Amino acid sequence: MHELSIVASVVESVTETLASYPGAQVLEVRLKVGAMASVVVDSLEFCWGIATEDTPLEKTKLVVRTVPVVIYCTTCGRDVELEGVQSLRCPVCGEITMDIRQGRELEIESIEIEEAPAEIGARTGTSGAQA
Amino acid sequence: MTTRIVELRQGILKKNDELARGLRGRYTTAGVLVLNLVSSPGTGKTAFLERTLRDLRARGLRVAALVGDLETDNDARRLAASGAPVRQINTHGICHLDAEMIDKHLLGWEGVDLAGLDYLFIENVGNLVCPSSYDLGEKIRVALLSVTEGEDKPLKYPTLFNSADAAVITKVDIADAVGFDRETALKNINEIRPGIRIFETSAKTGVGMEGWLDYLLQEQSRAKA
Repeated sequence: MHELSIVASVVESVTETLASYPGAQVLEVRLKVGAMASVVVDSLEFCWGIATEDTPLEKTKLVVRTVPVVIYCTTCGRDVELEGVQSLRCPVCGEITMDIRQGRELEIESIEIEEAPAEIGARTGTSGAQA
Repeated sequence: MTTRIVELRQGILKKNDELARGLRGRYTTAGVLVLNLVSSPGTGKTAFLERTLRDLRARGLRVAALVGDLETDNDARRLAASGAPVRQINTHGICHLDAEMIDKHLLGWEGVDLAGLDYLFIENVGNLVCPSSYDLGEKIRVALLSVTEGEDKPLKYPTLFNSADAAVITKVDIADAVGFDRETALKNINEIRPGIRIFETSAKTGVGMEGWLDYLLQEQSRAKA
């Protein structure tokens, strides 16, 4: 049950990012979680409500995208997606490998925010040059 | 109001990873070999570590241990009987150790200076899931599995075994009594972590400890190099 620690880290990172966008509201936080990250998505979602309470992220949506394990098989000479996480054996040729190309991710991909147009200039400090 | 997507693409445990990188640098500079021992509760981590500390000390090596538990300092007291400096980390409900806890407990550890050590063992909280996500800056992550736990543990907890550098099977003295299927256990470990060094040990009888100690000595001389 380290999902609570994990979402607490997400809240911390996103809150820090928000400092660069004064007045902005977060609508959605998007995570990418690999099949071999040892994280239970349901628990992440459950803990999200607890971890965001009384923070600027309260009532925001957590979207978790899970990705399967992908190995590079030298025999097949290409990336191969695995169905499970119990074996690193290539399902095509049976060769075993430690070359994991995907599946360990535990990342914040992006956040969706809503910001007031009047504050864009204030944020960049370039008198609306980017507006 | 305008809506926009801010791309972050950053590791959720970035802070832990950065702290761990700092710790790893300190261990390397000090020439101390750091091992992180991970297993389920009841695998016998403490008994195995007790024996390891004693055996290394008998060879004149300088060892110390940090031991993580949710509550109590029972394990620290057991380990301290070996004569090695031991410090307890109570996580108060948190199911794993993280780099910050290690950093804090290395500070102000009376009589312990990393540069004066050959080995630092970190006994993690008994848990096969959560510790796998947290890098403690260790050189060697050791996954332990006892013969009483069933051969399919590596299949049930692949992340930990996959991230381990060495595996230790404990309590082999009672393997026959509990009907331990050795071949299947070894096969399962190798399916998820091909080529990993596996040590079959008993802290009670001392079986397999020699090979484990030789491995530690070898790895330590590499850490010094």
